[in-house]
Amino acid sequence: MTPLPWGAMARLAGRRALHAVPVLFVVTFGVFAVADASPFDPVKAYGGTAVLGADQETLDRLRTNLGVGEPFAVRWWDWLTRAAAGDLGDSSVMRQPVAEVIGERLVWSALLCAAAFGVAVLVGTLAGVLAARSPGSWFDRTVTSLAYSLEAAPVFWVALLAIWLFALQWDLLPAGGLTDTGDEQVSAGQVLSNMVLPAGVLAVAQLPWFMLYVRQGVGDALAEDPVRGARARGLSERTVLLGHALRSGLLPVLTLIGSRVPELITGALLVESVFSWPGIAAATVEAATSVDFPLLAALTTLATVAVLAGNLLADLLYGLSDPRVKLSEL
Amino acid sequence: MTDTGPGATAGTEAEPVWRSRGAARRSTRTVRLYTSVTLLAAVVLAVLLVPPVVQLDQQAVDLSAKLLPPSWEHPFGTDDVGRDLLLRCVYGLRVSLLVGVAAALTATVIGTAVGACARALGGWADRGVMRLVDTFSSVPHLLLGIFIVAMFRPGVWPVVISVALTHWLSTARIVRAEVLSLRSRPYVDAAVSGGASRWRVTVRHLLPGVLPQAALAAVLMIPHAMWHESALSFLGLGLPTHTASLGTLVQSARGSLLAGQWWPTLFPGLFIIVPTLAIAGLAGAWRERLNPRRRSELML
Repeated sequence: MTPLPWGAMARLAGRRALHAVPVLFVVTFGVFAVADASPFDPVKAYGGTAVLGADQETLDRLRTNLGVGEPFAVRWWDWLTRAAAGDLGDSSVMRQPVAEVIGERLVWSALLCAAAFGVAVLVGTLAGVLAARSPGSWFDRTVTSLAYSLEAAPVFWVALLAIWLFALQWDLLPAGGLTDTGDEQVSAGQVLSNMVLPAGVLAVAQLPWFMLYVRQGVGDALAEDPVRGARARGLSERTVLLGHALRSGLLPVLTLIGSRVPELITGALLVESVFSWPGIAAATVEAATSVDFPLLAALTTLATVAVLAGNLLADLLYGLSDPRVKLSEL
Repeated sequence: MTDTGPGATAGTEAEPVWRSRGAARRSTRTVRLYTSVTLLAAVVLAVLLVPPVVQLDQQAVDLSAKLLPPSWEHPFGTDDVGRDLLLRCVYGLRVSLLVGVAAALTATVIGTAVGACARALGGWADRGVMRLVDTFSSVPHLLLGIFIVAMFRPGVWPVVISVALTHWLSTARIVRAEVLSLRSRPYVDAAVSGGASRWRVTVRHLLPGVLPQAALAAVLMIPHAMWHESALSFLGLGLPTHTASLGTLVQSARGSLLAGQWWPTLFPGLFIIVPTLAIAGLAGAWRERLNPRRRSELML
C-alpha cells in the first residue's frame, strides 16, 4: 500500500474549509431572516411567563439587552462574531450556554450515528454484492423488494415497532434511554445494550439505499469489459468479484456517502427522540417546542457543518480509492 | 441490463434466453404498473369518497370499546378512547395527502420558476442563484423544517410552507438542467434567430418542454412531503394532535404501544408506505416512457 498523500488531503480539506465560510454565512443569515419574518418575540421567549407582569421599563431594558430593537442583520453579525469566538449565546429552555448543551450531547449522537452507519455500510455492501451476483434470483428479489418497502417506511414507525417486538414482546433489549432506570453510573456494557435497538433501527433505515446502490454499481461493473476479460483469462470468480467488480462498482457509492449525511442526521433525530437517547435530537425538539432561538440557530449551523464535513470525507475517500482522480482537482 | 450468467455471453444459444427474460421483465413491469395504479386509485377513492359518503364520525369516542384489537367490526381495531382506527386512518391519510400535494405543488412552482428564471437571466444571476441552491441543500431538510415550524408555531400552513421551502431546491436543479439541454434544440435556435426575446423564448418554448420533468418531480415529491408532515407531526411540531394525520396518529399511539397494543401504531404506518410505493411505481413507469435509456437508474 502506498503511503497516504497527507499534503494533498490537507490542501483539499483547507480548500473546502474556505468554501464552507460563505455557505455558513448565507445559512446563518437565512436563519436570522426567517426568525425576523416570523411572529417570534425574543423577549417573551427569553423571559417566559416571568415577563407577563413586568412593567414597560423592565421590558425595554430586556429588549436592549437582547438587542431586539436592532435590525436582524446587525443581530446576525453580532451572533456571528461571538460564535467565531466560541460563544453561541445562552439557551433559554435549558438555562445554560448553548455550547455546553451541545457539547454534552454531541458525543452520544455521534456514537449512535457512527455505529449505525458502520452497520449499514457493512451489511448493505454484503447484501448488495450478493444480490448483484445473481440478478433475478430469489435472494435478489427478496432483498430488493424489502429494500424498497423499508425505504418507504418512516423511521420513527420502524423504531416503535422494534420497541414493541424486541423490548415488549421478547423482552430482549431495553426500550430506551442511555442506561437502566435507577442506575446512576454510566457503564459501557449498559450503554452498549441500550444502543443496540436505536443503532439497529437507524442502520436499517440507512440500509436500503446503500444496498440498492451497491447492487446497481456492482451489477453494472460485472457487465463491463474488464470483468469479461478477467473471466476470459480464467481468473477465479473470487478474484473477478473482489479485484475487478467491487473496486469499480463501489466507487460511485463512495461519493454518495457524503450526500447521505443529511439523511443520517434526519434519521438520527427521529430515532433519538423515539428511544429517548440523550443526544442532540432531544435538545432540538425541546428547543423547537419552546422556540429557543439561540439553540435552534446553533443546531442548524452545526448540522450544516456536519453535512459539509461529510461531503469532504466522501471526496477524500473517492480521491484515495480511485487512481484516476487527483485530490488536487476535486 | 446486468445479466452476467454464463449463458448470457455464449452467443447464439443465449438468444432465446435473452428474449424470454426481456419478456418476463416487461410483464413484471406491467404488473407493477397496474398494481401501482390500482393501489393509488384505491387510496384516492377512499380519501375522496369515504368522508362524504360514509356517515360515520371519526371523532366518535366510545370508552367502552377502547383499545379493541382488530376484528370484523373494527378491521384496524380502536384507539385509546375507542375511536375506529380504520376511519381515523382514512381521515389521516386525507389530511396527510392534502398537505403533501399542497407542499409538493408549491415547491414545484417555486423550483420551476427559480430554475427557469436563473437560466433565462443567465450569467451572474444564474450562477448566484444556483450557488444559493447548493448552499441551502447542505442544511438537512427536517432540521430546517423544524426551525421554520418552530418559528411560525405549528399548524397546517406552517407545515406546508416549511416542506415547500425545503424541497424546491431539487426541482430548481432539475428544471435548470433540462432548460440547458433544451436550449440547444433547433426550434429554440429558430425562435432566437427569429428575434424572440429572452423571456418569450423561456415562457413559450422552454417552459413547456420542461413541464413533463417538473411534473414528474412534483409527483415524486408528494410522498416526501407526506413523510415530512408525518415526521413533524410525530415530533409534536406539526399538526395539532386532535387533527388526525398519519403522523399525529402514530404519535398518539405511543402510549398504547408501550402498553403492548400494536395496532394503533402499525396501521397508520402502512398507510404511509402503500401510497409511497404506489407513487414510486407509477413515477418509475412514467420516467421510463419519458426517457427509456435511463431505465436502470435508481429511484429513491
